[in-house]
Amino acid sequence: MDTRIDFYPTHEHQGYKLRPGRPVPFGATLVPGGVNFAICSRYATSCTLVLFEKGASTPLVEIPIPEVFRIGNAWCVVVFDLDYERIEYGYRMEGPWDPRAGHRFDASKILLDPYAKAIGGRDVWGQPPDWSDPYPHRARLIFEDFDWEDDRPLETPLADLVIYELHARSFTRHSSASVKHPGTYAGLMAKIPYLKELGVNCVELMPIFEFDEFENSRPNPVTGETMYNYWGYSTVGFFAPKAGYAATGPLGMQVDEFKNLVKELHRNGIEIILDVVFNHTAEGNEHGPTLSFRGIDNQTYYMLTPEGYYFNFSGCGNTLNCNNPVVRMMVLDCLRYWAAEYHIDGFRFDLAAILGRDPWGAPMPNPPLLESLAFDPILAKCKLIAEAWDAGGLYQVGSFPAYGRWAEWNGKYRDDIRRFLKGDEGMVPALAQRLQGSPDLYGWNRRGPTASINFITCHDGFTLYDLFAYNHKHNEANGEQNRDGGDDNHSWNCGVEGETDNPDVNALRQRMIKNALAILLMSHGVPMILMGDEVGRTQRGNNNTYCHDNDLNWFDWSLLERNADLFHFARQMIAFRKTHPLLRAREHLGMSTAQADFIWHGVHAWNADWSPGSRTLAFMLRERQAGQGGNTNPVLYMALNAYWDALPFHLPELPINYRWHLFANTALSSPHDIYEPGHEIPLEPYQDSFLVGGRAVVVLVGRP
Amino acid sequence: MAIQVEVSTRNGITVVTVAGEIDGGSAPGLQSQVLPLLQQNGALILDLAGVTYMSSAGLRVLLLLYRQAVARNGRVALAGVAETIKDTMAVTGFLKFFTVAGTVDEALTTLQQA
Repeated sequence: MDTRIDFYPTHEHQGYKLRPGRPVPFGATLVPGGVNFAICSRYATSCTLVLFEKGASTPLVEIPIPEVFRIGNAWCVVVFDLDYERIEYGYRMEGPWDPRAGHRFDASKILLDPYAKAIGGRDVWGQPPDWSDPYPHRARLIFEDFDWEDDRPLETPLADLVIYELHARSFTRHSSASVKHPGTYAGLMAKIPYLKELGVNCVELMPIFEFDEFENSRPNPVTGETMYNYWGYSTVGFFAPKAGYAATGPLGMQVDEFKNLVKELHRNGIEIILDVVFNHTAEGNEHGPTLSFRGIDNQTYYMLTPEGYYFNFSGCGNTLNCNNPVVRMMVLDCLRYWAAEYHIDGFRFDLAAILGRDPWGAPMPNPPLLESLAFDPILAKCKLIAEAWDAGGLYQVGSFPAYGRWAEWNGKYRDDIRRFLKGDEGMVPALAQRLQGSPDLYGWNRRGPTASINFITCHDGFTLYDLFAYNHKHNEANGEQNRDGGDDNHSWNCGVEGETDNPDVNALRQRMIKNALAILLMSHGVPMILMGDEVGRTQRGNNNTYCHDNDLNWFDWSLLERNADLFHFARQMIAFRKTHPLLRAREHLGMSTAQADFIWHGVHAWNADWSPGSRTLAFMLRERQAGQGGNTNPVLYMALNAYWDALPFHLPELPINYRWHLFANTALSSPHDIYEPGHEIPLEPYQDSFLVGGRAVVVLVGRP
Repeated sequence: MAIQVEVSTRNGITVVTVAGEIDGGSAPGLQSQVLPLLQQNGALILDLAGVTYMSSAGLRVLLLLYRQAVARNGRVALAGVAETIKDTMAVTGFLKFFTVAGTVDEALTTLQQA
């Protein structure tokens, strides 16, 4: 028998037993004997809890929350004796309809709890919804009793991470994936051995918060195939994992499945970062659906113009009002929840510059949300990574308010490396900055190289293969006459646009991919690899595949066999990075106490050519004491030749007793392009120069 | 949905045979029937061959029984779990907590060897 007197009801509505609830935590919480429901609205005049049997179109009961149960702006009630596996809940709110004043209450709508921990309605990916459903995205109750045993976020130092960006469905949806549950969290779990073999120690998942793949879905004008909101950069519920990505979604067990995925990743030494989209929601502008926030507290949740329209800094119709204190608290609650309840290791914030705008859109010097996240005790060890720009023109790469915590997707790294690789003139000084972890961006402010997430490709834009197979985007399949997607790709097709049988062109493409992988893994900063780039995945020149649930996005695992040499190259490069702490600097060399240096060379040792016409650079990474007083640590050397002909690079002298060994030479084909770390091939004892092929890179190790 | 629960003893080991659907409605009843059967240092077999559906609440009752058994230095084995249910248990991480056997006989062998 329950002995606390507050385990017993005090009120009743149509046979449902009630008592006043607690205002926090927000959302629905299982309490002894019942469920505590709590939701806030500043301007609502009444709030009704609407309960459904799972999947039913008409409510089981509507329980007006008694006015006496309201504390401040929080409506809270405990409902007893609910079979919480069979219940879905929503709210109706009454309040003013006055768009000019920012109010869009509509009591005819059933609203999703912003704190819903599981959301039904899209349980099976791509299953056409019932468009007449009065409550399309339905809040559910969950158990929060997952057995983590000894698991905890891994807290791998940022400098040691090798990030792998993937889409939860694309990764294993292709039939060639040969997993029991294609396109799901369970499928991803089954591929953990592959990730380990590749050597990455962190996966960054494109959005997995519940979204509606049918948002703006439409038939492809060419193929008739349905085009979806496939990537999911449009959140319906910030606290719920996407059910359609779970093999157990139809059973409502996506929460357990996702937690089990995290636990298994951790058990294999792999961190998990979530791509989170707090810049806008799935409700669009004034013509969009009223699913949740708009009907609960439009004026609180959205940035509004003085006329009551939606600011559109996201390019997606609305802008979440992140620096309103209530919204800020929701964002913080959300991230704390994912860190504590799901053991998530870090977050990448989509269009994060928006999070630094005030409620009227102006960038703030000291944005309270970013500061709160940076200093939060529960998020203290989480990686915080900003996509430091937005669709409203705010570009903050190098200047994002960091508080000593925030790292950034380094868009300048991507652009400069691409331009150097394709042979643009005048790129050598920029290349040197990028190789060093961009001290021009992160040195003066003491943020260090780990503030730079280095990437050459990501989900936005070309894949690495396409970067060297297409001069122009080919987005016709998106149904917008190739108008969508970026035009500044800095790509080069190696002589033929698209697929070709020309063996020279194909060999050059393979070499260019290897050059890119080698630069990425040799740079200071944190490397990020796009899913499939290690095996030459193509999107057939499409640089904006946000809407395709097909092989434009799906990882074709047969590539692993066809491009086995690429995979091998990527694997050894990652292993090389892990072997050499010199490549994983915590601080910018030359600006720190680190006893190691970047020493610049060119075709002439000790004499790099920084002139605008130069397309070559070489560098040596060396501990100052290397070769002295018993220090036998290796010296690393990389020569980069973006010129089209082979050039002899004069090699710098090594300490006495050291000898150069060849680790990688992208001018050669497999198996002579790369060696296992520790099994490099010694050069001739007195070899003082190395012929670096046209458009090739060479990596040497000097050691006794 | 009601479930049928039968209790028998084989070779000194309690065998609970369950049939039907274990969900939020039937799970509490199953729990209250089986919990008293757990004995100090004892072994128990749950024969689930007749279970056609297991919800999240059902899996949690199984785990609770397992935990209670461990707390009493006892052992629990599951027998005859349907392939789909076993798959759900694997994907959600429940499966690895249990000794799983194809049949009650196999479960008996496993528990007696342990």
